[in-house]
Amino acid sequence: MNTVSIIVLIVLAILTIVQVMRISEISSSIQGGKDNQVSEKDNDTQGKLLLLVGMGFVISVLVMYWAWGYHSLPAPSSEHGAEIDSLWNLSMLIINVVFFIVQPILFYFGYKYRGKKGTKAVYYEHNNKLELFWTMVPALALAVLIIWGLNVWSGLMMPENEEEPIVIELYAQQFNWTARYSGGDNQLGYATVHEIGGANIVGVDMEDIYSSDDIVTKSLHLPVGKPIKFEFRAQDVIHSAYFPHFRAQMNCVPGSKTYFQFTPTVTTAEIRQNKDVKNHVEEVNGIRAAKGEDLWEFDYVLLCNKICGAAHYNMQMEIIVETEEEYNAWLKEQKTVAETL
Amino acid sequence: MSNTSTKNEHFQDHLMEHHHKENFFTKYIFTMDHKMIGKQFLITGMFMGIVGVMMSMLFRLELAYPEQSFPILEFFLGKWAPDGVMDPNMYLALVTIHGTIMVFFVLTAGLSGTFSNLLIPLQIGARDMASGFLNALSYWFFFLSSVVMIASLFVESGPASGGWTVYPPLSALPQAMPGSGAGMTLWLISMTLFIVGSLLGSLNYIVTVVNMRTKGMSMTRLPLTIWAFFVTAILGVLSFPVLLSAALLLMLDRLLGTSFYLSDIFIGGEVLSYSGGSPVLYQHLFWFLGHPEVYIILLPALGISSEVIATNSRKPIFGYRAMVGSILAIAFLSFIVWGHHMFVTGMNPFLGSVFTFTTLLIAIPSAVKAFNYITTLWKGNIQYTPAMLFSIGLVSTFVTGGLTGVILGDSALDINVHDTYFVVAHFHIVMGLSAIFGMFAGVYHWFPKMYGRMMNKSMGYAHFWLTFITAYGVFFPMHFLGMAGLPRRYYSNTAFPMFDNLADINVLITYFAIIGGIAQLIFIFNFFYSIWRGPKASQNPWRANSLEWTTPVEHLHGNWPGDIPVVHRWAYDYSKPGYDEDFVPQNVPLAEGEESGH
Repeated sequence: MNTVSIIVLIVLAILTIVQVMRISEISSSIQGGKDNQVSEKDNDTQGKLLLLVGMGFVISVLVMYWAWGYHSLPAPSSEHGAEIDSLWNLSMLIINVVFFIVQPILFYFGYKYRGKKGTKAVYYEHNNKLELFWTMVPALALAVLIIWGLNVWSGLMMPENEEEPIVIELYAQQFNWTARYSGGDNQLGYATVHEIGGANIVGVDMEDIYSSDDIVTKSLHLPVGKPIKFEFRAQDVIHSAYFPHFRAQMNCVPGSKTYFQFTPTVTTAEIRQNKDVKNHVEEVNGIRAAKGEDLWEFDYVLLCNKICGAAHYNMQMEIIVETEEEYNAWLKEQKTVAETL
Repeated sequence: MSNTSTKNEHFQDHLMEHHHKENFFTKYIFTMDHKMIGKQFLITGMFMGIVGVMMSMLFRLELAYPEQSFPILEFFLGKWAPDGVMDPNMYLALVTIHGTIMVFFVLTAGLSGTFSNLLIPLQIGARDMASGFLNALSYWFFFLSSVVMIASLFVESGPASGGWTVYPPLSALPQAMPGSGAGMTLWLISMTLFIVGSLLGSLNYIVTVVNMRTKGMSMTRLPLTIWAFFVTAILGVLSFPVLLSAALLLMLDRLLGTSFYLSDIFIGGEVLSYSGGSPVLYQHLFWFLGHPEVYIILLPALGISSEVIATNSRKPIFGYRAMVGSILAIAFLSFIVWGHHMFVTGMNPFLGSVFTFTTLLIAIPSAVKAFNYITTLWKGNIQYTPAMLFSIGLVSTFVTGGLTGVILGDSALDINVHDTYFVVAHFHIVMGLSAIFGMFAGVYHWFPKMYGRMMNKSMGYAHFWLTFITAYGVFFPMHFLGMAGLPRRYYSNTAFPMFDNLADINVLITYFAIIGGIAQLIFIFNFFYSIWRGPKASQNPWRANSLEWTTPVEHLHGNWPGDIPVVHRWAYDYSKPGYDEDFVPQNVPLAEGEESGH
């Protein structure tokens, strides 16, 4: 009954609007206005509106930077992250300069050249010099970004190691992460889906000589200042290991291994003292307290960033960056697969 | 050409014989007239658009108020929103089908299908498409694929929900999520039909533009709309077959147990027998279409706005040759940049470097286009029709969204924000908004040609301003969510306290989305009201130069009652010195001593 009355109301509303439109159109044609042709008054109003709303948009972008800019991730906690951020800042500077020049010009021209009776537009077909100019300027700016970008990229992907990186496997499945440390030999034992069963969640092949000292854990501890080489595997669908605070991301693909290496530079204890992070935590805890939820203490976190199923939004692992001593002490407490399997 | 004119005479005789025999079915349903087929594409595209936008309003509601109960969700989603709380699987299904519908059904078929069909014959001076039958077939394949896609919403296990890119193994294994069951099979069938329809259409457009231009219509005199549709069709013909192969291989993996994309999988407590395949292969095949697809969507919108901006600025489009050159450059580059969607798949880092290089190059022709639009406005005499406002809106979104591409195309920066809301903001603004603004501009501008009546301009203005403001209101703040590290396709952000302070932004975005969605009702009302009740249009209401405005208002199979017009000049002689009027249609012979220049 309720639905029927709503439908009847909607139909009546549409009929009313139709009739009102009919009347307004008939009356405007009686007054001699040419139906729906753009009049000089329309050009004037719309041109002014374009300037007003257009500049309003440009200003609101400034307001958004001011109001929300601080939401951006805190300064990177990895060695290569600093380089990425410098490149990011330059790119952002360039695109913002272009944005704040081009958008106001667009809206201003829309206002300035709004149609007026008696004026005739200028017949201006092309200007090769001008066009060459605005081909070359972006080309030059992009050349800088491309060259720098490729440099950073090859540094990321093909790092030159002074010391041997610690090898850790990150293993993804619906909907959780598992870490496997390579132990004293710094070599991961062979693993395959065919060995999965019981406590052997990542499928370590115990026949392999590198396997026995591997350590499987549910949280990720990393020593500060040491290069870490991550090997990624997935057992069911594609997942993506996203470490936003370390400016790192790599997909985990069933059937193949992927790699990413970085060096953490800030321990969890240190970053909790970072001013931006403290403000962030304070703001979040204000919101959580108001809702009666548990207060939050900042931790680095690993997220899944490739759609992987219903609980994709809650596939996470805590990352703890600590001093080398703390890390070694923690590692010593963990059981090797030889002990658990 | 003499050959053509005898054919035309023959065609006219043919017309006279048959004209009186049209009934409802031959006129509206199984028509082979390009103008009617264009309208069929438009109405079907609009229907799909309503479905796609409504879905986005539902999942925006969920994102603003995660895990809260809304009776409206239960009303629309039934068992997928028990007690009004949306199921996470349904959330993923909605974003998947929203993406599929908007990208393919609205902005590919609805945009290119509508305006290529309507405008190619009219603007090049042809009586119809090269093959009217293939053209009708193209629409009916599209219609069928729409029916299958809509039907997939109602299957027991839910529609496809692996994201619009449907990466395997997620999309290949029904054990991975319910949406990968029957819903996914229907998705693949629907896309296969869609691609067949799209290929038939594209081949027809190419043949028509190459062979059927009227006397004097050299390639350098073509309106930019036609250039855009022509290049779009070439992109479609070269790239859609690759998606077809990707979809067929995925079907084989799903239905026959082959291992093209699957290997070493343990799911649901057992090891599956697949071995030797690679999910990354699918991504290469998908994005080999997927990136050109972006320009299949965007180029027609740019073509439409070029035409609308020149006409309403009463000026020639600035740098016609540079505009054509940049369309060709963008089209060429679009085939060698697909890897920028895959920087984090673990592909060879050297490949990443190559794709970064080619991707950033696209910024150059894009910048040329943006600057040329702005210079076209300079010293113009701008007539603010709703179409013109939407075209200027397009230039604005094209610039805003294009700029963030400089960040995402750079592999070293992409890993920072890959698959976050920064990406969602980028592609919705540069591709989604630009293309939909172009589509609205096209509808407002060519409505008189389609239906012989005018749309109401006041409602057009209201529609533009509400759409422009709410569209930026929805998508601009998403940049900030992305820079805070918020991943896309998350059902809820509540699992991570670090995102708690972004909840307000999500609420704001949802308000804009709902107002913007409802504002589209103004357009839909205006559209259907004007079809029947709009004031009658004159033959050339915008005082434009191109040939479609030389046809009579009443539609005629064969377009021109007499001979087809002969072209003497390009389409952009607006405000040309030496003429009293500020426009000179293409079929007006050159005055004595006048140089055409084109």
